[in-house]
Amino acid sequence: MTVLPRALPALLVLLGAWQLIVVVASVPPWILPAPVQVVQALLEHRRTLAVDAAVTGGEIVAGLLLGTTLGIASAVLLCVVRSARRWALPLMVISQAVPVFALAPVLTLWFGYGPGAKVAMATLIIYFPVVAASVDGLRYADPGMLDLARTLGAGPRAELWHLRLPAALPSIGSGIRVAASVAPIGAVVGEWTGSSRGLGHAMLQANARLDTDLMFAALACLCAIAVALYVAVDRALDRALYWQADRLHLSSSPELLLR
Amino acid sequence: MSVAAPARAPGLVVEAAGLAFAGRAVLHALSVRIEAGRWHALLGRSGSGKSSLLRVLAGLQPLDSGRVGADDGQALPGRIALMAQDDALLPWLSARDNVALGARLRGEPRAAARGRADTLLDRVGLGERGGALPATLSGGQRQRVALARTLFEDRAVVLMDEPFSRLDAITRHELQALAHRLLARRTVLLVTHDPLEALRLADRVSVLADGAVHDTVRIDGAAPRDTRTATVLAHVDALWAALQRT
Repeated sequence: MTVLPRALPALLVLLGAWQLIVVVASVPPWILPAPVQVVQALLEHRRTLAVDAAVTGGEIVAGLLLGTTLGIASAVLLCVVRSARRWALPLMVISQAVPVFALAPVLTLWFGYGPGAKVAMATLIIYFPVVAASVDGLRYADPGMLDLARTLGAGPRAELWHLRLPAALPSIGSGIRVAASVAPIGAVVGEWTGSSRGLGHAMLQANARLDTDLMFAALACLCAIAVALYVAVDRALDRALYWQADRLHLSSSPELLLR
Repeated sequence: MSVAAPARAPGLVVEAAGLAFAGRAVLHALSVRIEAGRWHALLGRSGSGKSSLLRVLAGLQPLDSGRVGADDGQALPGRIALMAQDDALLPWLSARDNVALGARLRGEPRAAARGRADTLLDRVGLGERGGALPATLSGGQRQRVALARTLFEDRAVVLMDEPFSRLDAITRHELQALAHRLLARRTVLLVTHDPLEALRLADRVSVLADGAVHDTVRIDGAAPRDTRTATVLAHVDALWAALQRT
């Protein structure tokens, strides 16, 4: 817990500067509300915002779990089944070029206005980074270890479970970190396309009414969810990768920047 | 529980072994006999084919021509343990679990394996470090764990691919003696590029060049030897000369 307390002063300074600019330049609140107004909107609408945050947070977490699980499973399949690697991998590589956001209206058409379309959207944008990172990790297991495992009488399943998967965990972890940071984008884009609930919905509604302070309040909630999710995922991965000696040096966590 | 060698360690026979990668010959009609229960060193420059021969014997690489086998006529796979230059410890397992890796990979019961692993760690002088992760061990300690893992398998034939080359001089010296003591009466094939190491540990030294055995020298006296004696030094000169001709 060293990062958050240390980030706090800088955050307060930024908020102070924001407040100062709004007051000094007398920016109209429907263009840029001051932080104090945002906090007021946050308190005023806390009940509806809490419900919206729960909806969006649920979509994000569901998308993250689904996308990560499907991604890792696909990567394992690609590594185990040679023909899958031969025929499906090129397609996967090419399909990464498809602008996934453009599919949002289609997903809404298929899954309706409920959370289904948003979870699908989040799953979809998470899926490819996780597959790519996991395939990379599974592919580059240390040949010396694999040789050793063979002389120790390991079958393909034991090799996958005891060697390739743990060895790929750092790569899979990077994939999951990326997934955790893009999952909120998927959920919100899904909500913008068509929804009746959620923070994305709240932002659109507030925007249409020029309730800019409420829009910022919803945005703040979204940021809080995203940061909390990232920190939680980062912690969990740190714990899962306890054996990684170079974590302190190669960490993707912000501690690196604070040294 | 004992680490005594299996009752009968077989010798190894390599007959006209041929192997090529992408048209380039790695083993060229290589023939050699490895006597049962002895240390045999394969000495050669990089690219002389010594590591390839080891991989073939370990069953990791099929031959293009010729054959390898045990001189008792039984199959080799399952009777061979491999110890490489890289200790290949799994960084997410403790020293103890690394020693017992074979049991884990074959799905054998864990508890008994751990007890045996602890005994073996004791033998290699790491009895206190069973719970340590490889990253917290020194290079010499890691290679000791790898040695214990080799002993855990209790195989009659041990193939070593420059297992001491990355260690500092003192640690190397200690580990050579330890390995020699613990692997007594097994058939050990030691790949090395260091004539002194070969002469210190092995009873037979074969010089490899261009994928074939150039010459095999018989070294008398009990190993590990003092490498400063006149006979050993004479061998060193001869091996240097042989290596330089290759």
